[in-house]
Amino acid sequence: MLEKKRILFALMDPPFESARVSLAMRLMDAAARQGHHLVVFAYEGAVFLPFALQKAHANSIHGHDEKQEQHPLSREWIVELQDETARQGGSLEWINCGLCIDERGASEAIPGIKRGSPADFVKWIELCDNVVVIPTQGV
Amino acid sequence: MSKKILHIVSTAYRASLEEQDDTILWLSQSMKNNGAEIDILLRGTAVNYGIINQDASGLRIGKWQQKNPPNFVRDLKKILEKGSKIFFIAEDAAHLGLEQQSFLSGLQDLSEKNLPKLFSSYDFVWNW
Repeated sequence: MLEKKRILFALMDPPFESARVSLAMRLMDAAARQGHHLVVFAYEGAVFLPFALQKAHANSIHGHDEKQEQHPLSREWIVELQDETARQGGSLEWINCGLCIDERGASEAIPGIKRGSPADFVKWIELCDNVVVIPTQGV
Repeated sequence: MSKKILHIVSTAYRASLEEQDDTILWLSQSMKNNGAEIDILLRGTAVNYGIINQDASGLRIGKWQQKNPPNFVRDLKKILEKGSKIFFIAEDAAHLGLEQQSFLSGLQDLSEKNLPKLFSSYDFVWNW
């Protein structure tokens, strides 16, 4: 039987700006499906990933109304991760950097998101089996 | 007569799974629909947008499954149908090992050495 691990992810990218968000979500989804315990430290623009006011929209270029377009929203992906980890006996602890929230006005997050600081990141580094940093690059 | 604009797309697959398209190809279509005269130059890894037989489907997070994955060939075809030209840099395609016959019909390959001449035919050249 697969040993359950505790994996810490560090994210910096905001939604809708790079492929790194979908990459991180896919990695976390794969870990969630195996019942691992996930911890996320969301830093800088990544605090907008669970932003509660994200809205889907229609896409006239695609010829789709809002329902047809089914526009992805990172806040919904995070709910999916919360649910998937729960189904598989794992867990998701998501910590948004507090200063990053304040400077962006990103305080309205979906339920289950915690406010923290780099001190929490340091704490979880010690408590987790491994750390995955999704690097932010200029391209 | 509206001013001529060349959009240079340099960064491929930038949040395309989240946006379900390329943001500049989308913007180009929206601007075209609003009367702008726009052509597109694909450079760097963005030349890959012109490759037929791409399939970006399959993304799933938990029980969520993507129903409308990005489809760049569809989008490029629409842009061509609206009368815009789409160029790609031949050297970049060669660097990536992409062969001419792999590209969507209607795209025009262009050598880097011909870029100054191309640029001179536009009022604005914007590198996104």
